[in-house]
Amino acid sequence: MDLFTDWTLRVVALGSGLLGAVSGMLGSFAVLRRQSLLGDAVSHAALPGIALAFLITGTKATVPILLGAAATGWIGTVVVRLIVRRSRVPYDAALGLVLSVFFGLGLVLLTIIQKRPDAAQAGLETFLFGQAAALLRSDVVVMAIVAGGVAVILLVLWKEMKLLAFDRSFGESMGLSMGRIDSLMTVLLVLTIVLGLQMVGVVLMSAMIVAPGAAARQWSKGLGSMVILASLFGIVAGVSGAVLSSVVRGLPTGPTIVLVLSAIVGLSLLFAPQRGLVWRRVHLGRLRRRPRQEPVLMHLLALSLQHPEDPDHGHDLSVLRTMSPADVNVAMALEALAERGLAQRDSSGRWAPSELGRRDAQKTLSREGRL
Amino acid sequence: MTQAQIPAVEVEDLTVAYTGQPVLWDLDLAVPAGSRTAIVGPNGAGKSTLVKAVMGLVDPVAGAVRIFGRPGGEAGGTIAYVPQRATLEWDFPTDVLDVVTMGTYGRLGWFRRPGPAERAAAEEALEQVEMSAFAERPISQLSGGQQQRILLARALAQKAEIYMLDEPFQGVDAPTERSIVRVLDDLAALGKTVVVVHHDLQTVVEYFNHVVLLNVRIIGAGPVETTFSEENLRLTFGGRLGVLASRAAQEF
Repeated sequence: MDLFTDWTLRVVALGSGLLGAVSGMLGSFAVLRRQSLLGDAVSHAALPGIALAFLITGTKATVPILLGAAATGWIGTVVVRLIVRRSRVPYDAALGLVLSVFFGLGLVLLTIIQKRPDAAQAGLETFLFGQAAALLRSDVVVMAIVAGGVAVILLVLWKEMKLLAFDRSFGESMGLSMGRIDSLMTVLLVLTIVLGLQMVGVVLMSAMIVAPGAAARQWSKGLGSMVILASLFGIVAGVSGAVLSSVVRGLPTGPTIVLVLSAIVGLSLLFAPQRGLVWRRVHLGRLRRRPRQEPVLMHLLALSLQHPEDPDHGHDLSVLRTMSPADVNVAMALEALAERGLAQRDSSGRWAPSELGRRDAQKTLSREGRL
Repeated sequence: MTQAQIPAVEVEDLTVAYTGQPVLWDLDLAVPAGSRTAIVGPNGAGKSTLVKAVMGLVDPVAGAVRIFGRPGGEAGGTIAYVPQRATLEWDFPTDVLDVVTMGTYGRLGWFRRPGPAERAAAEEALEQVEMSAFAERPISQLSGGQQQRILLARALAQKAEIYMLDEPFQGVDAPTERSIVRVLDDLAALGKTVVVVHHDLQTVVEYFNHVVLLNVRIIGAGPVETTFSEENLRLTFGGRLGVLASRAAQEF
């Protein structure tokens, strides 16, 4: 197998797998906080930073380029926050504004650089779509450190992160500074995106952030399982994208990773239990076949009217069963009525209508009596 | 002993504005400790903003908030907040018990994770709102009334001295309303202070003993028997109409 013998492929697969893992972890929170577009804005805002770093230092060394990208990417998030706070422009519009203005600026700078006579500038435009094959071992080491760091931070600040995502102002009201957690989250996101730019590129990086979280949400009941699943999806997409692009000649790594992710999202939207489209289609059919509760409630009322001195007098399930057609699930209907507060079960398991249920049934009775 | 004389919540010269438009104008207010206080007023009167200002969630243009005589910023654990349920994203991957446990996070402080004691507090709070059977239910599968009771349970898990509820009776079913009223009774019996943004004028007298009539300014505040008068209500809800009428009277 190539993965174990081919040195370059191993580095690329490891790097993109790690990128997928860390994107999935942070992306889960971005998706839940309805900040899916934030990743898009940050990655596009990083482009002018890449160009400026090159213009200032005159080299394509990794460290200054990534620092430049991180700087303008982070400035982008600050500008978004300022716009939202100081004006009536809504959040999504502010993101769109920052995204296009910064990206436009980046493209202009890239064009200026390309017009320059020296040859040193060649290859800067690979940041647009990424070039995973050019990944170095040192890049993978940095990636591993970031992924490990993010995992540790999430473990340590788990309850604070959850609070921020679910109910920020409640957290604030208890005296936990949610602003600090928010800033930390943003810094981690910017860091991840900047590292991903080399591999996946400015244009597709936001898919790396959003897709694993969106797919994982379909399958999970808890935040923990969602984050773990999202990072697994990220790893699978990263590694298989790297392998696929090495097997099939001419297939670019970054876009292939994103395509694998899209397939995972598509399958999740369709087939996840409870939330998937197919499951819901099937379940809706079953719902239509659910017993109607109204007739059972009327039976309860009829029974209770036989005990005017004790309206809470209970009756056995078997009594109510005999009153309904054989194919009606009376027990389920009673449970459903109880959940709506219309029926109640006494300590010996006998059923009676609640006060609310009696009133409800009387209303139905008088309405139908008039017809 | 002296606690009884210090108001639970004290607001002084409070003005809050959103993008230049004043929402609350020069409020002075004292909520007596142990009272059950309703905040009543028309839409846009600033009721929710007043609650948020007391909780320190909005920055006032001017003024100060004191909780039991201490600056609002230091109130931390003594005051519990129940936000409007519609402001939350209920399609969140977690269950009922987990949300209620969030009420203990403030007490835990940074980094510490909830343990058996916090779990027990959350279960107890769930029982108080009669939702124990729903502990493991995903929160995306709750009715509006159940959501409201979960948020109340979360505040109860805080074991606070003051409870601030923003429209807890808005659009809930009858069993939920009864359940909330029962919890408020229990809290009052324990000597806790309860402040509720309330929209149903019919039930003010039944549920509360103090009332704050608010329409950007304080129209009246005090015991329900004296303050909740027709005259004050007219000033609160038909205030502008009232001003126009008296002006018209002067012209003739």
